[in-house]
Amino acid sequence: MALPAHASPLERLWRRVFHLLCALILLFLIAPILIVIPLSFNAEPFFTFTEKMLALDPTGYSLRWYDLLMTFGMFAPDAPRDAAWWADMWANSTWLRAAKNSIIIGVFSTLLATFLGTLAALGLSRPEMPFRRAVMAILISPMIVPIIIVATGLFFFYSATGLAGSYLGVILAHATLGIPFVIITVTATLVGFDKSLTRAAASLGASPATTFFKVTLPLILPGVVSGALFAFVTSFDEVVVVLFVAAHDQQTIPRQMWNGIREQISPAILAVATILVVISVALLATVEILRRRSEQLRGVTPG
Amino acid sequence: MAEPQTLTTPDGVPLKRALARAQARARRRAFLLVAPLLLFVIVTFLVPIGQMLHRSVYNDSFAANMPRLTAWFATTEPDTPPDDAAWEALALDLRAAAEARTVGVVGTRVNYDLPGTRSLFTATGRKARSFQAPWREALLAADADWADPMLWSTMRQAARSYSPNFFLAALDLTRDARGAIVAVPQDRQVYVALFQRTFTLAALITVLCVLLGFPVAHLLATLPLRWSNLLMILVLLPFWTSLLVRTTSWIVLLQGQGVINNSLVATGLLADDGRLSLIYNQTGTIIAMTHVLLPFTILPLYSVMRPIPPSYVRAARSLGATSWTAFRRVYLPQTLPGIGAGALLVFILAVGYYITPALVGGASGQLISNLIAFHMTDSLNWSLAAALAAILLGLVLILYWLYDRLVGIDNLKLG
Repeated sequence: MALPAHASPLERLWRRVFHLLCALILLFLIAPILIVIPLSFNAEPFFTFTEKMLALDPTGYSLRWYDLLMTFGMFAPDAPRDAAWWADMWANSTWLRAAKNSIIIGVFSTLLATFLGTLAALGLSRPEMPFRRAVMAILISPMIVPIIIVATGLFFFYSATGLAGSYLGVILAHATLGIPFVIITVTATLVGFDKSLTRAAASLGASPATTFFKVTLPLILPGVVSGALFAFVTSFDEVVVVLFVAAHDQQTIPRQMWNGIREQISPAILAVATILVVISVALLATVEILRRRSEQLRGVTPG
Repeated sequence: MAEPQTLTTPDGVPLKRALARAQARARRRAFLLVAPLLLFVIVTFLVPIGQMLHRSVYNDSFAANMPRLTAWFATTEPDTPPDDAAWEALALDLRAAAEARTVGVVGTRVNYDLPGTRSLFTATGRKARSFQAPWREALLAADADWADPMLWSTMRQAARSYSPNFFLAALDLTRDARGAIVAVPQDRQVYVALFQRTFTLAALITVLCVLLGFPVAHLLATLPLRWSNLLMILVLLPFWTSLLVRTTSWIVLLQGQGVINNSLVATGLLADDGRLSLIYNQTGTIIAMTHVLLPFTILPLYSVMRPIPPSYVRAARSLGATSWTAFRRVYLPQTLPGIGAGALLVFILAVGYYITPALVGGASGQLISNLIAFHMTDSLNWSLAAALAAILLGLVLILYWLYDRLVGIDNLKLG
């Protein structure tokens, strides 16, 4: 909204101040995320910019912390980097093992949350759904209830049922935490869904299953994938439940980071953080593309 | 005139009934779609939390390990001084518990209500094998503290498996020798102050989020879509970035040798020995949590501000309002639903926050969640942890209900 030509000098000044204020707030939002990227290439074990880094001296930068991510936990990190070294890393690197665990747990909990959540969102967006409001409130509540309460409850429940320390226990818990995100995104896609399309399919002789797979699913797929990505990120970033119910050797990336921050924070954490920031940029871009695609498909104007 | 005739389907079923049947079928179908998830959430979420709530009023570690004394308490009136039967029950129970190695569990349970008694149980337990009648003299010879009427009153309380005592403890209350509810000594009062701190900090963070979120949301809502979509990425990226990454970044920025302090020292604004302590205290909690929760205010504010037509403010201006009056009387009231939605959501999330305060809060920036975690993992007073969690959960659910009434859960948006 441009200022009209008759704006007073005071208004023009205020507009400047307002823009500066917004720029500062946006900087507050984004700077902490970007600051870790250059610092992760620090050649020194410091958390601040060294003079060499500020002078853009190449010797001030190094990949040593990324290297440490691979070698940490290996049997023979200093051996020559041949096939045996890579095999050692693949099998023993602490961070790599944590990443594998995170991905296994993330993928299975996402599949579970997406399948159940999409099914439920389809039911919830039907006008004839009974107790719609109450059911919705229950299904969204894992997002609202403080995580420490969920973790405490699951700790007692899993100790009693023998799920403590198992992959299944963590996967079920993470699926529960991801479900609200799937429901919110899929029901948002189903708002304004043109019911006449399914009726047309039915009148042309398609069975409900055919109608769903050929008509409904392609239209809501962008929403389903966005929801799945949300669920995956939720699991991939979850640490409290893992701390409470997972076995001691079940490390995940957030748990490893948590330990790193609490005990001895080293720039290796910043290297992990940088990798995670890159992943989140990729995920955000994917979700944006999906959102636009969904709007195109449904003929909704953006905004 | 033809007789009014009921409309029927081709098979002769009255149309009304056919319609009712079809509607019932549609309702059933919708519910069946939701049922698997509902069942899943009930089993993996509601039942565990329900069990935890049960634990906040139920603790049988005394009754299960001291059966004879528990039976004596059950048959006598409160305030009954211990008679010979009571002393015998106590001595035999202590001996049995010492043999079963559960005397420490009993001592810990009594210790929750009467600090300093755990060692009395474990020390006497070690001597219990050699106890002979007369039991009273044997026990008092082991430790004179067994005659303390306060101890007997506390044991009577602990013998009841169901009791509200853990909720009393969570509210800084206890019972005196006669079983009446009194406040705990001043130096042991922690929980009420911690609830107050949690709410004060959550309110402060909410206010900061609204103050910082409002201008940005306004800017995004008034820019052309092309530009606002671009700037929106700056708001959404923190949303998608791992919480631990954001917390790590704040440690890097705020710590004593961190980027902010070093820059201030390097530019001469700060003496080297006068570095600001910005982290591992309340300041750290407030800054990091405001950063984490800010997108949750910007997004609802934006979705409320975007459809506000700019012509309203223009009309106010053309009718002679100053820009401040036009903002205050015309624009601001229209954004209130967004402010309410954002503020309520941030407050709900802030009250139960755990990770950020645990990592950057130090001692003064801890919230109620951190104390629940402490009782779960360190002091192992699980019933007290459950009672604190129940109080927190109750408060959060009231706020959630309010959010549903005022905003509606359907309007929750994620980008």
